[in-house]
Amino acid sequence: MPQIKEILQTMDYGPSPEASDHVTAWLEKHSEGFTHFIDGAFVSPENVEFFEVSDPARATPLGCVAQGTTDDVGKAVDAARRAFRTWSKLPGHTRARYLYAIARHIQKRERFLSVLETMDNGKPIRESRDIDIPLVARHFYHHAGWAELIETEFPGHAPVGVCGQIIPWNFPLLMLAWKIAPALAAGNTIVLKPAEFTPLTALAFAEICREVGLPAGVVNIVTGDGRTGAALVEHPGVDKVAFTGSTEVGRLIRQETAGSGKKLSLELGGKSPFIVFDDADLDGAVEGVVDAIWFNQGQVCCAGSRLLVQEGVADRFHSKLKTRMETLRVGSPLDKSVDVGAIVAPVQLDRIRELVEKGKAEGGTMWQASTPMPENGCFFPPTLFTDVEPSSTVAEVEIFGPVAVSMTFRTPEEAIQLANNTRYGLAASIWTENVNLSLDVAARVKAGVVWVNCTNMFDAGAGFGGYRESGFGREGGREGLYEYLAPVWEKGLAKGQPAAKPDLSALPAERAAEGAAEGVALATSTPTIDRTAKLYVGGKQARPDSGYSYTVRNGRGEPAGQAGLGNRKDIRNAVEAAAKASSWGGVTAHNRAQVLYYLAENLQTRSAEFEARLASLTGVSPEAAAEEVGAAIRRTFWYAAWADKFDGHVHATKSRHVTLAINEPWGVVGVVCPDEAPLLGFVSLVLPAIAMGNRVVAVPSASQPLLATDFYQVLDTSDVPAGVVNIVTGESDALAKVLADHDEVAALWYVGSAEGSAAVEKASAGNLKATWVSHGRSRNWLSASEGQGRDYLRHATQVKNIWVPYGE
Amino acid sequence: MTGNARRNEGTALKPEMFESIQVNLSAVERRAGTLTTRRSVKKEYQAAWLVKALTCIDLTTLAGDDTPGRVHRLAMKARKPLREDIVEALGLADEPPKVGAVCVYPTMVAPAVKALRGSGIPVASVATGFPAGLTPLPQRLAEIRYAVEEGAEEIDIVITRSHVLLGEWQALYDEVKAMREACGHAHLKAILGTGDLKTLRNVYKASMVAMMAGADFIKTSTGKEDVNATLPVSLTMIRALRDYGEWTGEKVGFKPAGGLKTAKDSLAWLILIKEELGNAWLDPHLFRIGASSMLADIERQLEHFVTGRYASASRHALA
Repeated sequence: MPQIKEILQTMDYGPSPEASDHVTAWLEKHSEGFTHFIDGAFVSPENVEFFEVSDPARATPLGCVAQGTTDDVGKAVDAARRAFRTWSKLPGHTRARYLYAIARHIQKRERFLSVLETMDNGKPIRESRDIDIPLVARHFYHHAGWAELIETEFPGHAPVGVCGQIIPWNFPLLMLAWKIAPALAAGNTIVLKPAEFTPLTALAFAEICREVGLPAGVVNIVTGDGRTGAALVEHPGVDKVAFTGSTEVGRLIRQETAGSGKKLSLELGGKSPFIVFDDADLDGAVEGVVDAIWFNQGQVCCAGSRLLVQEGVADRFHSKLKTRMETLRVGSPLDKSVDVGAIVAPVQLDRIRELVEKGKAEGGTMWQASTPMPENGCFFPPTLFTDVEPSSTVAEVEIFGPVAVSMTFRTPEEAIQLANNTRYGLAASIWTENVNLSLDVAARVKAGVVWVNCTNMFDAGAGFGGYRESGFGREGGREGLYEYLAPVWEKGLAKGQPAAKPDLSALPAERAAEGAAEGVALATSTPTIDRTAKLYVGGKQARPDSGYSYTVRNGRGEPAGQAGLGNRKDIRNAVEAAAKASSWGGVTAHNRAQVLYYLAENLQTRSAEFEARLASLTGVSPEAAAEEVGAAIRRTFWYAAWADKFDGHVHATKSRHVTLAINEPWGVVGVVCPDEAPLLGFVSLVLPAIAMGNRVVAVPSASQPLLATDFYQVLDTSDVPAGVVNIVTGESDALAKVLADHDEVAALWYVGSAEGSAAVEKASAGNLKATWVSHGRSRNWLSASEGQGRDYLRHATQVKNIWVPYGE
Repeated sequence: MTGNARRNEGTALKPEMFESIQVNLSAVERRAGTLTTRRSVKKEYQAAWLVKALTCIDLTTLAGDDTPGRVHRLAMKARKPLREDIVEALGLADEPPKVGAVCVYPTMVAPAVKALRGSGIPVASVATGFPAGLTPLPQRLAEIRYAVEEGAEEIDIVITRSHVLLGEWQALYDEVKAMREACGHAHLKAILGTGDLKTLRNVYKASMVAMMAGADFIKTSTGKEDVNATLPVSLTMIRALRDYGEWTGEKVGFKPAGGLKTAKDSLAWLILIKEELGNAWLDPHLFRIGASSMLADIERQLEHFVTGRYASASRHALA
C-alpha cells in the first residue's frame, strides 16, 4: 500500500474497484449451467449442450450457457403462441402493471445488473451503471405507459403475434429492453435470443420475469449462437422478427424471411458522420468525440466514427483531441475510474487490429494515446486516423472498435456530401453554434438519428433506427410501437385469386374489336386515329428501350390497344429521372397539396373519358366504372389534404432538449400496382407516396396499363414536376425485380402475387430497402379502410429524430 | 505563495483571441456532469487527495463581524488544520500539512499577518471594493496598496462586471492592469463574479481579458453572488486558461470560491483540475479553493480514514 506521502507526489487515482461479490455468488449458484427460460421456467439441464461465456477483461470463464437447438426454439415458440392467446387479450392496463413491475424490479436490481453486464461484456462500470441499466428501467417505464394507452392511441391496430427477437452483444440488456418492452406493451409474446458472447443479463432478466409473476410463455429466452438465431428466424410460428446486429446478418434475415409474411425490423450497422464546423465549441466537440467513439469501446452501431472537420479548424481540433486522448483511461471495466474497457471477445479484437493495420497500410496516419494498457484481456487503445479519404477502407467500413477516422471539408455543402457518402444511414452528429446551419445539415443528412451539439443521446421516448443499409423500423417512442402492431384491416385481408398472367405478346394481334381502344362505340368506316401509349419518364413520354409493344386486351379478351414492353433499362432511366427530381421533397407541403388538388381537378374534367375507358377495357358496368373514377378523384383529394398534415412529433425526452421526430420521404419509391382496379389501385399507391415528397417509379397493372398511361396526360396538365411520377409498363414481376435490385430505390411497394412478393422481399436485401408487399392478398380498393389511410402515409415516410439541446 | 513562483506577465489586449469564442452550455454541462462519475478515488488515495485539497484551501473569513480575535482563531487553525493524531496516522508528522493561505478583508490583514508570522502561510486580502467593486478606481487602487502595505502577499480583486456585460474589454483590461501594478510584488487573483456574468461566453471572455492584463489567478466568485463556483463555470474558465497557456506559455492559477463546502466538493474540483490541466496544477501555486467550512469536513473524513469510525465535529478544533 503506497504511503499518503507518495500519493501526494503522484496524485494518481489509484484502484477503485466495484465489488462483484453478489454477482459472483449468483454465478456460483448457476455453476451447473444456465438453461433456456421457456414457458415460465428454466428447462432441465439434462441432455443440454453448453458453451462457455467469459469475462473479456480477465479472459476468465463466467459460466456455461445452453446452446439452443431447433427443438428448443420450437418449444419456446409454442409456449409463446399459447401465451399469446391470453396475453394479447388482456386489457392494456393489466399489461401496464406487468411492465411497471419489471421496471421497478430492474431498478431494485440496478447494481447487480450493472456489475453483471460489465463482467459479461467488458464495458466500464460507469457506463453500465449510469447509462445502460437506467435506460433499461426507463424503457420499461415508458412502455408501461404505452401499454396503458395502446387501445386509445393506436385504434385499428392489433398485436402482431409471436415475436422472434435477436439482440447483439454491445448493449445486451438495453437491447433486450428495446425489444421486449414495446413488444409486450403492444400485446405480443416473445422468444428472444441474446448474443452468444453476452447472454447473462438476459437470463437474469428471465429471473426477474419469474419474480414479478409474468404469465408463463409471454417472454421466453433461448440462448445460443447464430444457429439458434437462424432456427428462430426460420420458425414458421414466428410472426415478426426483430434483429439488431450486423448488416451482413440483417441481409441474410431479410432473404430468409422473404415471402414468409413475417414482419421485420432491422437495426444494423453504421459509419456515422461527426461533423465539426468552424464555429463549433471545439472543446465541447472534443468531448463529443469521446462520447461518440470511445463510449463502449466504440462498439456502438451509431458511433460517430467518421469525423468530418472543417479544414480551417482541423489542426486545432485534432490537437485538442489528441491532448484529450491522453487522459482516457483504459483498464479493468469494474474500475470506477476507467473510460475504456475491454473489447467483447478476441475475435472482435482481431478484426479491429486487422482493419487498423489496413488503415496504416493504405497511408492513414495513426495516433494512439500513450495511456497504459492492461497486460491481459481483450483491450485496444483509443485510436485516431488522420490522412484518410473516403476511399480508405477505415473510412468506409464499420470497425466496431475505439477507432475514429478524421477527414476535412471546406463548405457545408461538401460536409453534407461527405456525410452522405456511405451506404449506411444510422446517425449523425453536427457541431455548430449556428442554428441555421445545424438544422439545414440535420435536414439534409441521410440518417435516422441526428444529434446537434451532442451525440449518443438515447431515450425511450424517441425513435431510434436507420436509413439506407442501417436498416428499417424504429425502436422507442410512438414510432417504435408500430413495429409491434399490425393494422387490423391488413391482418384481415384474404388471399386473393391469383390473377391470370397476361400474355404480353409482342406479336401483332388479330383485328382489334371495333372501338375497343377508345371505349366509345364508333359505327363508322373511317378508322379512329391510332393511339400510342408510351412509357412516362422524367416528365416525357418515352418509347420502350426494347422497341417492343404488347397487346392489351379488354375484358372479353379482344385486342384493345398496345402498351410498351418496358425492360430493365427503362427502369434504370425512370429511377434516374426520379432521383433527379429530388427538389420535390423540398417544396412546401402546401405546394405538394396544390399539385394534388390540381390533379383531382383535371381528373374530374376527364372523368367521362376515364369511365368509358375503364368500362371498355375491363368490362365493368358504367356504374362500377363511375364509382372507381369517383373514388380515384376523392382519394386524390384525400392525399392532397394529408400532404401538409402528416406531422411529426416533438418527443418529451430530456430536459432542455428539443427532440423532433420528422416524417421524411424515402426518396425514390418503386410502386408495383395491382391488376384489379387499374386506375384506382394506381392512384391509391402513387398518391400517398408523392404527397409525402417521394418520387415514384410506378409499374401499372400489366393487363390493364392503359389507364395509367392515360393518366400521365393528367399528370402533365397538373404541374406535377418532371420525374416525380414515372410509369413503366410491361411484365410486373420482372420490372419489380429490377426495382428491388436497384440500389437507388429506397423503398418498394408491391401489390401482386405471393411469389412476386417473396421475390421482391428477397431481392430487396441488396440495399436493404424497406418493402411493403401484399403477399398475394387482395384488398378492396374502393374501401376507405383498405384502400387508403394513415398506414399508406406511414409506409411512405421514415422517421428522423433530431436532438437539439438548448441553453445559454 | 512563495516568491519564486513565476508570474503571469500578461499580454497586450487581443480581442481576436476571444471575441468569437463559442461555449455550448449543454456540452459543458455534460462534461462537467460526468467528470465525477468517470473518476473515483478511494481509501488511501482519497485520504491523500483530501490532504492535497486541504493544502490548496484559502481559509477565508469575509464577514461584517470579523475582528482581530476571530482572525487569530482562523489563523491558528490554518497553521494546524488537522489534529495531531490524525497527522501522525497519515504519516505526515515530519511535514504537517497547512492551508494555502488565509483570506481576509484589508483591515484584517495586519492581525492575520501577525498570527501567521513564521508559518510560511501567506495572507490574501480581498480588495477593490469587494464584493461589488463599484467604488471609484483611485479608491480601489488605494485599497490594494493599503493591503499590500499591511503585509498581504496576495490580493483578490473583483472586476467591474458591467465592463463584461457591456463588452468594454479595453476598460476591463486597463482596470485589471492598473490593479496588477498596484499589487506590486503581491500576486493578483482576479475575481470574475461569474454568477453576475451569467453566460459561459462572458465567463470565457472575462477570463481571457483578466489573464491578458496579468492576473496570476482567475477566481470564480466573491461568495456573495446568487450562484457561486459551479463545475461548468470552472470548466469554462479552465479551458480559457488552457487556451491562454497554449498561446503564451504562461501558467495561470485557478481558484473556485463560494459554495464549496464538502470534502466531496474538493475531490470533484481536484478531478476537474487533474483531467483538464494535469498534475502540474494540483499545487497551491496554481490551484486554490476559497472556502471556510470545507476544512472541517475534510478533517472529519480524514479521521474516518484513520480510525474507521465516523467522526464528530466537536472533536476537532474550530476554525
